[in-house]
Amino acid sequence: MSFLADNFPLLRDAFLTTLSLAVLSGLVALVLGTVLAAMRVSPIAALRGLATFYVETFRNTPLTVVFFFLAFGIVYIDLQFPSRFITAVAALSLYTAAFVCEAVRSGINAVPPGQAEAARAIGLDFRQSLSTVVLPQAFRTVVPPLGSVWIALAKNTSIAAGFAVTDLTAVLQRLANANADQLAMVFIAVVAAYLLITLTSAWLIGILERRLAIVR
Amino acid sequence: MTERPTGEPLVRLTGVNKWFGQLHVLQDIDLTIDRGEVVVVIGPSGSGKSTLCRTINRLESIENGEITIDGQRLPEEGKELARLRADVGMVFQSFNLFAHKTVLENVTLGPIKVRKQSKADAEKRARELLDRVGVGHQADKVPAQLSGGQQQRVAIARALAMDPKVMLFDEPTSALDPEMINEVLDVMTSLARDGMTMIVVTHEMGFARRAANRVVFMDGGRIVESATPEEFFTNPTSDRAKDFLSKILNH
Repeated sequence: MSFLADNFPLLRDAFLTTLSLAVLSGLVALVLGTVLAAMRVSPIAALRGLATFYVETFRNTPLTVVFFFLAFGIVYIDLQFPSRFITAVAALSLYTAAFVCEAVRSGINAVPPGQAEAARAIGLDFRQSLSTVVLPQAFRTVVPPLGSVWIALAKNTSIAAGFAVTDLTAVLQRLANANADQLAMVFIAVVAAYLLITLTSAWLIGILERRLAIVR
Repeated sequence: MTERPTGEPLVRLTGVNKWFGQLHVLQDIDLTIDRGEVVVVIGPSGSGKSTLCRTINRLESIENGEITIDGQRLPEEGKELARLRADVGMVFQSFNLFAHKTVLENVTLGPIKVRKQSKADAEKRARELLDRVGVGHQADKVPAQLSGGQQQRVAIARALAMDPKVMLFDEPTSALDPEMINEVLDVMTSLARDGMTMIVVTHEMGFARRAANRVVFMDGGRIVESATPEEFFTNPTSDRAKDFLSKILNH
């Protein structure tokens, strides 16, 4: 146990890095994904096309490739992110937004069409009817799929370890290399840290789902 | 109601045509509704009467022809269309109350978001309207806690809150249990008495006799007959209307 105590500061910092990667990327992806979903149901064909292009690009590209492109590819067009951490947040956000978009869009499609018709009939424009009537109902139905997207994101943060961010997976590699005799302990500690994020999330998502359910 | 109001046109459809794919659902529709007039549209299912109703606030687009409301041509889309829809109240067969909002919020949403009224003003008016349609004490419930008849009366209050120039009713009682139909028809009858301009698609012949100035009979996407309720029910001129009435009035 003294092994864990010795390395506690390292593990704690790595845990906080993983958690902030997930939370920041999750927030950006939620906003971007919702905007994309609104574009995909918009009456303007150009917006629909743009959002569809985005989703198909990022949903069908391996996350590691997205990381690679943002870390090294954009240097060729004279661009660079201020830090490796921000590069990782950008890659995770852009990638996850595509999945958020599709989850939210399925929620929009699940709202009975009469709701949007009634909203238009009292004079709300497209944006108002989406933001006050359709999206609030859509979000309630997509808590479970968004929860899955979130948990996938929390685990996907581990790709950042390959791009010089000291997250839980990077620490797993480092400690395992340096302490071959403590391998089991290292794995247990790191997996427990991931589970702390994902299982707590699953529990909170369950509560949120029950709290937000709409009676029809 | 016998005498015919005003004679001043409010809603005018001229040469309106609409297709659903191959199906020609509205064929050369000409119809003028005067301010204060109550027009009941009847006809067999598939005759195009609901579609006709829905074109008037452009929930359905039309392929050709012209629709004007209060002299203004229906805009194709965007903010102008939204503004015009605010002046046209609509009541749906399936109520379509906003499921995530309370009864009171359902009624105040339009006045606050579209008419830019203050929340206090909108709520005061909403409570008056809810009282008027007899569901004032349900204001803080959500729609699913109300019966169908109560929900439809809330929907009428929601439309009235916008102070519309004309009210459209698209089969407002067709989704209701029989014992709830009258509570909705009573509200509609009192609206008609108060001089509201109304276009009502319905199968309720009693309402047509009692409250309508004019009955429009549709079949196969066309207006086949247009007459006072008295004339229409006692002496229909077209064979199609005679056939229709014989089927529904014999019970």
